[in-house]
Order: sequence, then structure tokens, then C-alpha cells
Amino acid sequence: MYQFSGKLKTFSLALILIGLVGIGYGFYSAPKTVEEAKEIIAQQASHGDSHATSHEEVSADGHKSEAHGESHASVDESHDDAHAEHVLHQLKNKPWSAVYVALFFFLGITLLVLAFYAIQRVAQAGWSILLFRVMEAITANLVPTSIVMVLIVISAVMHWNHMFPWMAEGVFDPTSPNYDPIVDGKSWWINVPGWAIRSIIYLALWNAYRWFIRRNSIKEDTANDGGKTYKLSYNVSVGFIFVFMITETMMSWDWIMGLDPHWFSTLFGWYVLSSLLVSALTVIALVTIYLRSKGALPGVNDSHIHDLAKYMFGFSIFWTYLWFSQFMLIWYADIPEETTYFAMRFNEYNFPFLAMVVMNFAFPVLLLLNSDFKSIPWFIVIGGVAILCGHYIDIFVMVMPGTVGAQWSFGIPEIGAILFFLGVFIYATFSSFAKASAIPTGNPFIEESKHYHYYNIEHRGEGSGDHH
Amino acid sequence: MSHYEAPIREPLVLGDKSYHDITEDIAKPIEGVANKNWYIAFYISLAATLWGFGCIFYTIGTGIGVWGLNKNIGWAWDITNFVWWVGIGHAGTLISAVLLLFRQKWRMAINRSAEAMTIFAVFQAGLFPLIHMGRPWNGYWVLPMPNQFGSLWVNFNSPLLWDVFAISTYLSVSLVFWWTGLLPDFAMIRDRAVKPFQKKIYALLSFGWSGRAKDWQRFEEVSLVLAGLATPLVLSVHTIVSMDFATSINPGWHSTIFPPYFVAGAIFSGFAMVQTLLGIMRKVTNLEDYITRMHIEYMNIVIILTGGIVAVAYATEFFIAWYTGSPYENYTYLSVGAATGPYAWAFWSLILFNIITPQLLWIKKFRRSFVITFIISIAINIGMWFERFDIIAIVLSKGHLPSTWWRFEPTFVDVGIFVGTIGFFGVLFLLYARTFPVIAQAEVKTILKSSGEFYKKRREQGIPTKPAINVAGTTDKSNKE
Repeated sequence: MYQFSGKLKTFSLALILIGLVGIGYGFYSAPKTVEEAKEIIAQQASHGDSHATSHEEVSADGHKSEAHGESHASVDESHDDAHAEHVLHQLKNKPWSAVYVALFFFLGITLLVLAFYAIQRVAQAGWSILLFRVMEAITANLVPTSIVMVLIVISAVMHWNHMFPWMAEGVFDPTSPNYDPIVDGKSWWINVPGWAIRSIIYLALWNAYRWFIRRNSIKEDTANDGGKTYKLSYNVSVGFIFVFMITETMMSWDWIMGLDPHWFSTLFGWYVLSSLLVSALTVIALVTIYLRSKGALPGVNDSHIHDLAKYMFGFSIFWTYLWFSQFMLIWYADIPEETTYFAMRFNEYNFPFLAMVVMNFAFPVLLLLNSDFKSIPWFIVIGGVAILCGHYIDIFVMVMPGTVGAQWSFGIPEIGAILFFLGVFIYATFSSFAKASAIPTGNPFIEESKHYHYYNIEHRGEGSGDHH
Repeated sequence: MSHYEAPIREPLVLGDKSYHDITEDIAKPIEGVANKNWYIAFYISLAATLWGFGCIFYTIGTGIGVWGLNKNIGWAWDITNFVWWVGIGHAGTLISAVLLLFRQKWRMAINRSAEAMTIFAVFQAGLFPLIHMGRPWNGYWVLPMPNQFGSLWVNFNSPLLWDVFAISTYLSVSLVFWWTGLLPDFAMIRDRAVKPFQKKIYALLSFGWSGRAKDWQRFEEVSLVLAGLATPLVLSVHTIVSMDFATSINPGWHSTIFPPYFVAGAIFSGFAMVQTLLGIMRKVTNLEDYITRMHIEYMNIVIILTGGIVAVAYATEFFIAWYTGSPYENYTYLSVGAATGPYAWAFWSLILFNIITPQLLWIKKFRRSFVITFIISIAINIGMWFERFDIIAIVLSKGHLPSTWWRFEPTFVDVGIFVGTIGFFGVLFLLYARTFPVIAQAEVKTILKSSGEFYKKRREQGIPTKPAINVAGTTDKSNKE
């Protein structure tokens, strides 16, 4: 049985603590009044900051474009005020968005590990059974991240932040200067109670499956009931995949696409899915490599690692396929209401937007094409770190333009949020892994997994001795 | 690949088969003579083919105006059939390439026929881009060749040009992949042939395959590499086909989900066609021990999965069409306007055949029933034809300007050409079934010991299983563990 070492526990708690300090600093340093925002704008202008100069393009795309358009016509002074208030909202959003990006990244990864795990069960995979407990342990992170997500839902509903522009005052009120007829036309879907209820339902469904399958998986070890428990797990997993396919798509509309309520893309749900899926596979690989190096995963050999690396490789290409499909089709047709989305990202987020394609596609593909490299841990770790950083940037570029626009930066609040959720992840994962046997002995395919040997690779790493 | 198989996995080869039995069973249709039913089917298909070719020549000789197209609806049955046939072809590559990457042993009994289906379907698909041209004799202008017009080249920005590259590459790679897999099987027929003519033919087809260890090693490597290449290829081909529509600015066509959604639809319809064909073939060629109930069930599961993906895509299309707030989206192929407009019958056919009917497959009894599978597979083939028809015709019938709203009525030539391609497909497939080993015997032999019913039973009872016939160069790995 694995022991969650005191060292690792202290490390994770330290990450949580440092993260909290970073997040706290972000909230503390955000401007509270329009005057403060004006000061910051002035500062940026004197620094010759490119962010401030190209702001007009940004607001043209962003939320409340109608309201903003009106203010262009009015006198300069009121325009400055409106501008300052807009910037104030964006600056106030910064610490919230920093938390939200990291939260969505970790919550999404955990969710996709859960989905991948369900797929492995439903597909009756023979190779991955030895990794089941690793995946189950990672999904323990679903509970704390869901709790934070509920807090975010509450904070948005209570108007503590301006992340979702359609939640602003007067957006649905025709007499208000903030009235947004486009969003109002979608009020059947985009409305606060509906959004909050749907968010809670998604989280509840995912957590319910996670709770059930973990319990049943441990029960399988000692069940000895002719496969009854196993069969139940199988059926529930089929149901979960069904539910997941629907909730994931809707979640991506509600939680990410809703940040730019004027914009739409039919592919979006699956694009988010692919980004989270490849990250999830990477996380499984990294945690597996770590646990194996600690001797906590007897039986896991280089072939298992090879398979995980193949998934990382394959789904990196899949992500790129969807990224390119969405981008190219919008670029090609160049319909204004869709193109603003990418125009904004090209103008204000040029470097991260393009860097992520290198990190998420070129790098892992070149690194992991070679069959030998796919079973060498440090290769996978290097590729994996690039993939995870790349997909963090992907989420960052999905969220930030809608919430903070040109005011983005990557600093203490963002790093703090990552460290906080990383600490939570490590704590949740490894304490959960320590709670159950590392080998799911009751699974009918466990022997296949123990004997698993991919035909053309040589076993060199840990666990190789167990094979022949 | 893995040497141990869990006892709860169902056997893939039924009965007490030896390696020799597999050879006999697979060689039988080739070495025997065709029966009456085969000839009836063949002549019906041939008649349809000839009729179809007559319609094609009539079109080219007289002009595209003999079709039901009009100046607003410039694409209808031609491109519908094109996309339909390309889609059908995708299951073959999926079964041979993607299922190989996922190490699905059950693909071995069906991959040969699925690939044949791919190639013959792509033949049919390939006809339409040629014959729907106004001036097909200038068709070679789509190729970027140096020429006497000051080297006048093609514009690489058009998805129709990408189609040329996609389809031709797809056909070439599929053909090479298929043929490589056929080498050991042709060699088997060659070695068994008693008639000198037959021996000569299969000696030519098998390229001197002698089955040495080094050959097998490279054979496996090349299969894996080709599978790795064919998988992105199969995704990209139907993606490019989808971009014929998605790159446009027509509401209902311009949709970013089209690439993966078309691919999912292609797998969905392709598997349906494999079910239709194998449902008949397993019976008439007496290959029921290889294409078992379980194979049918697994393919049905793939159908439910891809059908589910397609259904989510429909829901997404429907939702986002509303979500855009654009009034033009009200008349797209999946909208309230389509459900109630003049093409409502096509819309509801799509919903009925593609979404509702396949849900029956959730019931295990239906999933494992040959008859119900056959009926559902036909329903899906029809439904997927309607999907493409709806996407193309409904969208074009109600564009941005109400003064361009028009309807499409097919003529007998439209229908005749489609019927002709079905006939041509039938001719090719029937000839294939009589002359090619329809199951990859070399591959099935690799799983006999691990997944054959006889061997599985023996292992369960704890009786050691000796190879029935000791084939040089193979070792029985299942006994070593």
C-alpha cells in the first residue's frame, strides 16, 4: 500500500498556502475605483504599453459593444469615463479570471480523467487496468474543484465580479443604457437562474458518477459475486459517457463560450473537450511515472507508459485538428460576427495564441513520434510539461479576452492560482491513492494488464522485471 | 500482442477450427463456381450499372441541364451521392487502420471486406466530381501541371481542389494498404491452385510472397505505419469534404462542427453499410464461424457511439442556429424552418432514420440479432443519404434572398446515375467476393490460439492446447505463460 509521504503532503500544503497568498495579492492589488483605473491607464500610456493603445479594437469586439458604440458619439470626456469604467471592470476581473482559468484547467482535466476512465471500462480495455487506481485517485480532485466552482457560480450570481458580461446590470432591460438586444434575444438560454442551475447539475452528475464508481471499484476487489459488481460498474459507466457527452458540450457553452456572449461556434464544445482530454492523458502519464518511480505501482511496465504516451501523441494531433478546423473555417469565411473572436486574439494575445500551437502540436509530435522515446520517462515528462503548459495557455486564451481584454498579464495572481490548484490536486490525488490497494484485483481483465507487452518495445524501466 | 487473454472475452473464431480449416473455409468461394443467386445478383447489378452509365453519357452529351438542378440549387443529388459514397468508404479505413491502432482483434474477420467496400465506394464517389462538371473534358485542369497557358495554375484556396487531392490520396493509400494485406492471402490461393491459369494469376497478384520471418516483420511494421498514416488521412478526407460546405458563407453550411461531425457521420454510415454487406456475405459464403454474432454486436456498438456523436452534433447545430440570433439560420437544414418547411419530409426522415431507429440498438437482443441489425443498417444508409441531401438541398433552397428561394426536383437522370453507382458498386463487390479472399486468413490465424472458441474452452478446462498443425515459423505463445 502506498504511503502519502509527509514530505509530499507538506509540499502540497505549501503550494496551497503560497497559492492563496498569490490569489490574495491579486485581489488586494486590483483597483477599486474608477480613479485608480484611470491612474493605471495613464501609467500604461506613459510606458508606451501596446495594450492600452489598441484598446479600441478590443472593446469593439467585447461585450457591451452597443453601449460602447454609443459612447463614441458622445463627447470625449464621457467617452474617457466610460472607457475608464470598462477598464476598471476588466482590472477587477483579473484576479477572478486568474482563479477561473486555473480552476477550469484543473476541474476539466479531472473530469476528462474520469471520462477516460469510464471509456476504459466500457471499452473493456485490457492494458489499462493497472492504471485504474491512478485514474481514480486523480478524480478525487473533482470534489474540491467542484466546490470552488460552486463558489465561483455563487460569486458570479452575486455580481462580485464581471466575468460574464451578460450578467451585468441592465443587459436585459430595454430602457437601460446597458441593454444588449443580441444577448436579450438569447435570454431563453443565457439567464442567471438557468445558468446557475445548469452549472450545479453538471457538477452534481459528474461527482455522483465519481463517487459511485470509486466505491464500486473498491468493492470489486473483494466482491467475488461472479462479475455482478463489475457489470454494474460497466453499465453505470456507459450511462456516464452518455451524460458526459451532453453535459460537457453544454458546460463549454455555459462556462467558456458565455464569456463572449456575442460569439458562437458549433465546434466549441468538442474543441474544449480535446484540449482537456490531451491534458488529462498527460496528467495520468505523469502521475503514473511518478508513482512507478516510487515503487508504488507494481506491474506497471514500459508498455503501459508507451500506451499513455501514444495517447498523448495522438490526441495532441486531434486537438490540433479541431483547433485548426475551427480557426480555419472562421478565417476562411471571415463573417464579422465570428471573426472578431480571432481578431481579438491575434491582436492582443498574439504570442500566447501562436506559442500554444507550437507547444501543443509541434513539440509533442516531434518528441513522441519515435516509438522508443514513448517509453522513456524523461521524454514523456518533457513532452508532458509542454503539453500541460500549452493547454493552460489554451484555456487562458479562451477565457481572458472576454473577461480582461487587453488588460491581461501573467503574474503573481495567475501563478498563485496555478500553485493553489496544483497543491489541491497533489493533496487530493495522493491521499486518495493511499486509501486503496494499488491493484484493482477484482477486475476480470487484471491478468491481461499484468501481462501486457506491446509487441515491439523493450522493457527497461521500473516494473520490467515483473513481466517474463 | 498481449499473450494472455481474459476468459470473459468472447471467442472470435467459432467451432473446432485448425489453421487448415481456416484456409479451406476462406478459399472455398474462390475455388468453387458461382451459384445461380450470384449470377442473378450480378446481372441485376450489371443492368443498373449500364443504365447508370447510359445516364452519365446522356448527361455529358446533352448537358447538365438534364438534371433537376436550377440556378439556385447548383448542387443536389450529385454532391449528395458523392458525400454519401465517400462517407461509406470511411468505415473500411476505420476498421483496418483505427481498430488496428486500438488493437481490436475482432477487426480481423471484417477488415478485408470493409476495405474492399472502401475502395469500391470511393470509385463511385470519384465519378461525381467528374460528371457533375459542365465541361468534364477539361477536368484535368484541376491538376497543377505546367502548361502552355504561361503555366496557368490552379488556385489552392478552394476546398474543391483539396477534394481532388484528398480523394485521390485516399484511394491510393487505401489501395496500397489493402493490397499489402492481401499479399499473404493471394500467396495462399496461389499455393493451393490446381488450374495453371489460376496459379499464374494469383502468382502475379501475390508479388512472390514467401512468408519469411523478415518479410513478416516488415509486413507488420508497414501495416502499422500505414495504419498510423491512414487514420489522420481518413479524418482529413471527410473533413475536406465537409469543408466544401463549411468554408462557405451560407447559413446552414458555415458551421465549424462540420469537420468532426462529417467524420463521425461517415463512420456511422460506413459501419451501417458494412453491416448490410456482411449480413448477407457471412451467410452466402458460409463464413458464419468467423463473422459471428459478436462481430455484428461490436459493429452495432460503434454505430450507437458514432450515432450518438452525430446526434450531439445535430443538437449542437440546432441549438447554435438559434443561439446565433441570425434570422437566416431559421432555414438551415436543422432548424425549425426545416422541420416545418417544404422539405419537412426530408428533415423528419433524417431524424427518424438517424437518431430514433438506431436507439433500438441499446437493447442487447436487437444488437445481436442479424435481422434487426440488417433492417437498422438499411435505415441508417437511407438516413445518412437524407442527412447529406438535407444539408445541401434545404440550405440552398432558402438562401439569403427570398427572391432566390426555389425548390429542387430530381429528374430520372439524377436518379438513374445514383442507381447506376449502386449497381456498379454491386458489380465490383460481387466480383471481389468471388475472386478475393474475403477474410484476411493470415490475420485470423494469428488470433486462433488466443481467441478461438476451441482453444479458449480448453484453457478454461485447464487442458494444455497443442497446435493442431505445426506451422513453421510460428510459436504458440499462449502456452508459454
